[in-house]
Amino acid sequence: MADTEAQPSRSRDLDKLLLRPGNLVGANFDPGEELRDDLAKSAKVLVVGAGGLGCELLKDLALSGFQNLEVIDMDRIEVTNLNRQFLFRFEDVGKPKAEVAAKRVMERVSGVNIKPHYGRIEDKEIDFYSDFIIIALGLDSIEARSYINAVACSFLEYDCDDNAREETIKPMVDGGTEGFKGHARVILPGVTPCFECTIWLFPPQVKFPLCTLAETPRTAAHCIEYAHLIKWDEVHSGKAFDPDDPEHMKWVYNEAVKRAELFGIPGVTYSLTQGVVKNIIPAIASTNAIISAACALETLKLASGCSKTLSNYLTYNGAEGLHTKVTEFVRDKDCLVCGPGVLIELETSITLQKFIGLLEEHPKLLLSKASVTHQGNNLYMQAPPVLEEMTRSNLSLPLFDLMGKTTKTTLHVTGTTSKNDKKTSVLRKLRVVFKGVDGVTDMDTAGGA
Amino acid sequence: MAEPKIKYDRQLRIWGEQGQAALEKASICLLNCGPTGSETLKNLVLGGVGSITVIDGSKVDAGDLGNNFMVDESSVGQSKAKCVCAFLQELNDAVKAKFIEEYPESLIETNPSFFSQFTLVVATQLGEDSMLKLDRICREANVMLIFARSYGLTGFVRISVKEHTVVESKPDHFLDDLRLNNPWPELRRFAESIDLDVQDTVAHKHTPYVVILVKMADKWAKSHGGSLPSTREEKKEFKDLLKASMVAADEDNYREAIEASFKVFAPRGISSDLQQILNDNRAEVDSNSSDFWVMVAALKEFIANEGSGEAPLEGSIPDMTSSTELYVNLQNIFQAKAEADCLVIEQRVRYILKKIGKDPNSISKTTVKSFCRNARKLRVCRYRSIEDEFNSPILPELQKYLTDEDYSVAVGFYILLRAVDRFAANYNSFPGQFHGGMDEDISRLKTTAVGLLSDLGCNGSTLTEDLINEMCRFGASQLHAVAAFIGGIASQEVIKLITRQFVPMSGTFIFNGIDHKSQLLCL
Repeated sequence: MADTEAQPSRSRDLDKLLLRPGNLVGANFDPGEELRDDLAKSAKVLVVGAGGLGCELLKDLALSGFQNLEVIDMDRIEVTNLNRQFLFRFEDVGKPKAEVAAKRVMERVSGVNIKPHYGRIEDKEIDFYSDFIIIALGLDSIEARSYINAVACSFLEYDCDDNAREETIKPMVDGGTEGFKGHARVILPGVTPCFECTIWLFPPQVKFPLCTLAETPRTAAHCIEYAHLIKWDEVHSGKAFDPDDPEHMKWVYNEAVKRAELFGIPGVTYSLTQGVVKNIIPAIASTNAIISAACALETLKLASGCSKTLSNYLTYNGAEGLHTKVTEFVRDKDCLVCGPGVLIELETSITLQKFIGLLEEHPKLLLSKASVTHQGNNLYMQAPPVLEEMTRSNLSLPLFDLMGKTTKTTLHVTGTTSKNDKKTSVLRKLRVVFKGVDGVTDMDTAGGA
Repeated sequence: MAEPKIKYDRQLRIWGEQGQAALEKASICLLNCGPTGSETLKNLVLGGVGSITVIDGSKVDAGDLGNNFMVDESSVGQSKAKCVCAFLQELNDAVKAKFIEEYPESLIETNPSFFSQFTLVVATQLGEDSMLKLDRICREANVMLIFARSYGLTGFVRISVKEHTVVESKPDHFLDDLRLNNPWPELRRFAESIDLDVQDTVAHKHTPYVVILVKMADKWAKSHGGSLPSTREEKKEFKDLLKASMVAADEDNYREAIEASFKVFAPRGISSDLQQILNDNRAEVDSNSSDFWVMVAALKEFIANEGSGEAPLEGSIPDMTSSTELYVNLQNIFQAKAEADCLVIEQRVRYILKKIGKDPNSISKTTVKSFCRNARKLRVCRYRSIEDEFNSPILPELQKYLTDEDYSVAVGFYILLRAVDRFAANYNSFPGQFHGGMDEDISRLKTTAVGLLSDLGCNGSTLTEDLINEMCRFGASQLHAVAAFIGGIASQEVIKLITRQFVPMSGTFIFNGIDHKSQLLCL
């Protein structure tokens, strides 16, 4: 054995869990040095987001036996990050978060390699995400979670009995915090509910009715939103409001103060103005640390089997006493994202262009500006321009021919759809069946052409 | 908008300038700076505590590099306290950071008065004996104390403070103070001045629900011998009356009134939680009483006299569909009543202070005001001494936990976390700490745990083999992710104790890293 008492190794503590057999462990647990070395050398984990949760996740994973990490984040460091995003210093303000975070962790934990990606998650090829054994999410937006969830679910394949094929499951570990509250969850697409199955856990933000803002303001927030959403456009015709421009923010604040005085409404402050306009979510170091630690621990357990895993949703509330609760949510069998896919029945003659048009009208999809891929081949891409040009000629060809004349296959489409009056990019899996070809007769199709 | 505050913006939105000021005044002492302690302090340093003192007598070894982010390869062989302190200082230069290279156990033994200089002590990875001693020292010196320990996939956090009183408990969901079931004369008069049968549809749909409900309740009381709806049928009838008063389908104010009608049905007077605080012996004040209890004494008098059974009015109202004018008027009526109530309490506070021989102005008007606004939400937290809990845990609770499936793993870990200290005292190492002899350690730990259970009065109780095996497998390891979780909880509780906002946890938090079914045990 390597761990002698005189010279403890770096993995002294982790070895206890990874090298020793146990009874309360995962089904796949195979303790030994090989497991430890596999974790270090071959297990690649992606951390999405290098903010409050992401910084903690990178540190936690680097100290949990993982040596191959990547991190993606599109933001640059701001002063208001410094109360919790402990990998950043004052002199880092303005630099890309992913790059600084990766560098800091590598400086302190030797042997760990972290590859940073400064950019949008949507701009990466889908294939990029297939490389990782687990994707850990440290995000603050529902849209970004939805997107990564759809990507991970797009790798999922089902066998003929509609059971998820284990080797195609891309596990995700997701965390979120707000003030003293947070959640951590494990998503095994096809086994446990995906983000979309339980989307109701994240109700959309309530907006003030415009008539309240315009006619019957009652609170400081009403006055602020009046200045922000109505008055700004009246005065600055055509100039877009930029929440990151302090001049713009001050203007909104001053207008809100005037309106509040006019109506006798108390409470407009600069801080509140920023909070309302930017929809600032309060955030502290401790909650981020707790939630990230839970996520990192689950990542370690999923990857190694060294203990059971969270099944499947942990909520934490530290405001009034301390409450933790584990809820076992169930999958939505008809989920558009993690289910076997929307079934579409087509004529063999339909062209790619017609098919794209059909997606727009399909009641379950309502997907516009679709890009279509089939088994990794780009059939048509809306962007970037080079790819668009390369794939444009496919539009007039029959889809059946483009897919190698398979009568029953799975397609991936990305595009935009409107949800709550907001356009969001989505990825959908479609099960396509061609009519009138041998072997396929009278399929019971749902919502076909 | 002072410059240095910008970096604290996201937390100021939670605990405000006052909470931040309290943090910046606090001096924190950390005992043992392994990953659990280091992570606890990290979260506090980022938030801007005044000063930290790191106490640890050990040197950094290679094993530490695998679980502690605050040390790196260049630290090996150096004082752990020094290295951790240096990294923490890097995180926030506004914090005064210092270290002492000494083992906490010997400091507890040789220099107990050392601890009285701190606001709060975070004691991590201490054995049972040192815990007991330190607890006695800190209680004596009125220094707040938090214990935290991580051990394999388990661990605990335990606050030990004689008494912690909270005015700004900031609960998530708390019924607003509208007095719809008991309006004071000005609110009643205001409601009477408004005609609900107004012909103007715009005015009809902009009458705030507070006015609608006060009037409806009044009307109901007049036809029901002065009482409000209480049976299910009556409540339904009341809501139907509201529905019938609507003149159009889009009247949000009436929809809100129907939804809020339960506030009319709610019992008058104060909650049992508040009553319990009023009944507390400490509400009988003398010259040693804290400001909190002096104000509670004044509150008690107010409720018995001017308040006629009600606490002072909170004074704020939630947003509701209304014309601006009516809403602002309503707000002013609520505020005026709150101010009047507060004034009465203030006079009573000054009188009581004088009576107990204190400066009548020693409690500021702002403090009284905040107390009045939060009077319905006051909290008093008390923690048993470690000695009491360890020697005589609350037996019915312990027995309940041992037989309750939801608690069985947590209470198992609780017993085992204590058993490993006994084990270590007997065998000079923790079970499974070193390679080999696992089977022997398992049976020894089992014997130790059963012995401990019987000492605690739970004869015949036993723990599952699986859990005992697991505890031996952990071998006193500190996993970084577990330490970060435990440290995160500990720092969160520190913040609540220091800011005197929100409600700190009660009992002992037992972390269950196997399936995350962690529990609080009140023993």
